[in-house]
Amino acid sequence: MASSAVLTATGIVKTFPGARALDGVDFELRRGEVHALLGENGAGKSTLIKCLTGAYRRDGGRVELDGVPIDPRDPLDAQKLGIGTVYQEVNLLPNLSVAENLFLGRQPRRFGLVAPGEMNRRARALLAGYDMDIDVSAPLASYSVAVQQVIAIARAVDLSGKVLILDEPTASLDAQEVRMLFRIVRDLQAKGLGIVFITHFFEQVYAISDRITVLRNGRLVGTRETAQLPRKDLVTMMLGHELHATEKAADTHVENAGPVRYAFHGLGKTGKIKPFDLEIRQGEVVGMAGLLGSGRTETAELLFGVETADSGTCEREGERLSLASPRAAIARGFGFCPEDRKVDGIIGDLSVRENIALALQARRGWMRPLSRKEQDALADRYIKALDIRTTDREKPIRLLSGGNQQKAILARWLATNPEFLILDEPTRGIDVGAHAEIIRLIESLCAQGMSLLVISSELDELVAYSHRVIVLRDREHVAELVGGDVTTENIVEAIAGQDRRRAS
Amino acid sequence: MTLKTALASATVLAACLFGSAHAADMTVGFSQIGSESGWRAAETTLTKQQAEKRGIDLKFADAQQKQENQIKAVRSFIAQGVDAILIAPVVATGWDEVLTEAKDAKIPVVLLDRTVDAPKDLYLTAVTSDLVHEGNVAGKWLVDTVAGKPCNVVELQGTTGSSPAIDRKKGFEQALKGHDNLKIVRSQTGDFTRTKGKEVMESFLKAEGGGKNICALYAHNDDMAVGAIQAIKEAGLKPGKDILVVSIDAVPDIFQAMAAGEANATVELTPNMAGPAFDALAAYKKDGKEPPKWIQTESKLYTQKDDPKAVYEQKKGLGY
Amino acid sequence: MSGAKALGWRLLPQIVALVAILLLIWLSFPGFFTVEMQNGRLYGSLIDVMNRGAPVALLAVGMTLVIATRGIDLSVGAVMAICGAVAASSSVRGDPLVVTLAMSLGIGLLCGLWNGVLVAFLNIQPIVATLVLMVAGRGIAQLITEGAILTFNDPGLIFIGSGSVFGLPMPVVLWLVFGIAVALIVRRTALGLMIEATGVNRRAAMLSGIQAPAFLMSAYMLSGLCAALAGLVVTADIRGADANNAGLWLELDAILAVVVGGNSLLGGRFSIIASLIGAMIIQSVNTGILLSGFPPEFNLIIKAAIIVLILLIQSPRMSHLAAFAKPAGPAAPAVGMQKDKTIERTAP
Repeated sequence: MASSAVLTATGIVKTFPGARALDGVDFELRRGEVHALLGENGAGKSTLIKCLTGAYRRDGGRVELDGVPIDPRDPLDAQKLGIGTVYQEVNLLPNLSVAENLFLGRQPRRFGLVAPGEMNRRARALLAGYDMDIDVSAPLASYSVAVQQVIAIARAVDLSGKVLILDEPTASLDAQEVRMLFRIVRDLQAKGLGIVFITHFFEQVYAISDRITVLRNGRLVGTRETAQLPRKDLVTMMLGHELHATEKAADTHVENAGPVRYAFHGLGKTGKIKPFDLEIRQGEVVGMAGLLGSGRTETAELLFGVETADSGTCEREGERLSLASPRAAIARGFGFCPEDRKVDGIIGDLSVRENIALALQARRGWMRPLSRKEQDALADRYIKALDIRTTDREKPIRLLSGGNQQKAILARWLATNPEFLILDEPTRGIDVGAHAEIIRLIESLCAQGMSLLVISSELDELVAYSHRVIVLRDREHVAELVGGDVTTENIVEAIAGQDRRRAS
Repeated sequence: MTLKTALASATVLAACLFGSAHAADMTVGFSQIGSESGWRAAETTLTKQQAEKRGIDLKFADAQQKQENQIKAVRSFIAQGVDAILIAPVVATGWDEVLTEAKDAKIPVVLLDRTVDAPKDLYLTAVTSDLVHEGNVAGKWLVDTVAGKPCNVVELQGTTGSSPAIDRKKGFEQALKGHDNLKIVRSQTGDFTRTKGKEVMESFLKAEGGGKNICALYAHNDDMAVGAIQAIKEAGLKPGKDILVVSIDAVPDIFQAMAAGEANATVELTPNMAGPAFDALAAYKKDGKEPPKWIQTESKLYTQKDDPKAVYEQKKGLGY
Repeated sequence: MSGAKALGWRLLPQIVALVAILLLIWLSFPGFFTVEMQNGRLYGSLIDVMNRGAPVALLAVGMTLVIATRGIDLSVGAVMAICGAVAASSSVRGDPLVVTLAMSLGIGLLCGLWNGVLVAFLNIQPIVATLVLMVAGRGIAQLITEGAILTFNDPGLIFIGSGSVFGLPMPVVLWLVFGIAVALIVRRTALGLMIEATGVNRRAAMLSGIQAPAFLMSAYMLSGLCAALAGLVVTADIRGADANNAGLWLELDAILAVVVGGNSLLGGRFSIIASLIGAMIIQSVNTGILLSGFPPEFNLIIKAAIIVLILLIQSPRMSHLAAFAKPAGPAAPAVGMQKDKTIERTAP
């Protein structure tokens, strides 16, 4: 089979300050195959792609194209060698015409001047190969994203012609557009191109790909034939759990969960998450599982009022609530630790003290400031209680490690004494010690009667502390596992789409 | 506001009634730069008045500081077949083409207040003031007034590098040449504004022993002088007596200061550029007499003896 | 108190720069520090610096808060012209002083509201949003004054420009009182924290329950109010509204004052007092140039050279070098990021 390989990468290593993004990853792409590259956030997919296309220089390993070692300096160089890339956000020039975009930098010339007639003719000919008959002199921006996507592919294939990398090309397309794109991908496949396909949509992986490579934490988990890989196994590969079926002592939890505190009915938003029902009891931890892009964060953002739902109602102990903004949610006792700590959580330049006091202060309003003494006391209390490691409370929070930043944000919410805390990936990217502490904290908060909704990709963790687990797939709540059913195996099965149990 | 509207409509009415009698005389198109300063507004007002006085049918176009608007206006004047065109050009270059069109249509063009970089045969004449001469008149007045006594002069220049600042400085220095009793001790830019005039004068006063060493102030425009007068007063000195004040432009506010004895003299940059232009045009139309290529307007000196109060009242309504 | 000490460290570079410049001027003009009473008011070059620096100092107060929200307000110069014109026309009409002042300040707030709506609710980039009023504002002012300098004689209005309180010129009293009052308000309430949080990370602030749009709006409205005050000062100073020139290019001086004050254009940590010192540094340079007697062609070059020097001295690299000279303690050098000098907390 080696002869059919068009692109071979062996032992690719890429190190960033403080992190090894790729650790000896192997990857092989064959002529005429569609190869899906999968992995959760931070698995190393985009780093690998960037190393292949020259956007990053690799620190170690070997890349061969048609058996010849290559070391592209930049994407342009890779393109010349034969590796073309199309990104989710089409990186063409929207105000230039379709033809100009196709031939940018290599316009046909006559007597040294660009010959528009010739260029348009060639552009039409090129797009005819994709069954596209459009006005090539119209600006790119006048076409839909799907058409732009095809134009980007046409340009990339025309320029490179050996390897085509599609980085989440379908993320913003509708079903029909996806079908059109897939037809084109199959045509190119038939012409012998090697195609790397990155996506979060399982259906599409199984619909189009011949083989699947899964990365996790910068390491290669494995490469399999798509036809011989059950979905369940794929989920396991991505989430990294051997199926040792963690059964849990669920009964204890169920008993100490109190009455229903919050009830959400038919909450949904078009394009974000399908309407769902959700009830949360006092002193209950509800886990939320699903792959990246399955609608977990979207659910949390609807609950917390970051996004406004276009359908559905919320009740707190029978009383209707309006969750029009985070501020409204906070006023009703909600708290939310977002997934992307750096972007949505910390206020980097402000001190640990100020970051901790922020939500409480915001709730009190600017007219009723916490005195410096109160802020100091608050900060000191949580620095001690959560063991936030910092030289002093006046240190800018951006200088703290990820785990300590996470604990500070938890402290920010605990300071508001919430009734309902939403934690989105609370343990991601933090060290082992902090990890365990946060899990202990979740359990103790629950024991104190707080209601929690915890989103996590760490299934073992979810199983360990959740009374119930909601499973999401393709922006829909697809399953609810309760009590004894809360096992990693069941979660994986639900994620993979073999719904066995749907809670009534 | 209503009074103004009423007045305006009355003027229009008057123009219709009396203008029609002379309509056969002359139709003149006037492409004005805009209304960026009080002086410009006064020029517009006076041009309209002068036209009315002579029974000229004036077609007015405001270019809002844009040459392309001026060129458009001139072309439309040509299309309407006016008898003559007045242009107050916003810039000096880029006029050759449209001036040639006017020449081909045999329509004489008179430039007002500024000249252009174009062959001289493309326009009939240019009516402008002589900036160097203005400075010179101001300087002569000061030389005559101090009459040989030693006198330290401070100078408030216009915006650095602008032609009025360069020329008014030059003219003033020429007038002072050979009179060693007069010495320019400080010279700074006041950007032609009151605020800067006041600020710079404050520093002059501090730098020259609280103003005791200063005998006269020469400002390149009246606005800076008005600001400087306030600074002198706030320093506890009497402008017009302790420090002589001479400036250029003759805007209404300086006459108020002169009436109060706080300013001594100003040299007029007349906003009446149209009067001489109409006269030249009339003569040219009547017996084909070509005027000189440059008609210099009078740089009239006003002092406290010229009944500043009356001049103020007279100038007030011109839109300065 | 550690707070006062932190504030001292924060302001040190600005104070050093100001003192250095004042000494430099004194060397070339020995009468510089002479201040005497004249007609019941203090009189001297030092007073001139404080008096002439008033418009920029007032603008810098609002600009500091706007910049803290990671914004910028280019319209303040034009708003000055509008508010000055409004005050002058109201005074000429014979309105009572209270009405004149209320109208002028109200229009300033309204201009700020306009900018705030564009930035906070329509999410237009601040530089573009405020450019609109920067360009249009002067035209509006010219419409009000009908192109001429609108002069007035109301002694109350004139007092704002050239009156004096306890010997200090009124503009000086205005910026000192107003600047310190705003500095106290933002630090004694949680306003400062909210604005800083919004500036550093608007989304995270919003997710913490901060009404980011409201605080953005309030920053731009305060900036509008400051511009109105500055407009009143310059208008009252020359007893006339000069729509063409009032506040011309002062937005740039105000931004410069904030930067010279050690505040980052990237938003976040801010100090109003530092910006006020920044404004005084800029005015000292201006006044120094006027006193020096250099030909005016050199004005801008000298000013630019001095300001480059100040910014150089304040740059993070220089403060790293200086850090070795600092005693150990709360001001220990922070790990290398671009905003080292702003790390020290400005005390409430």
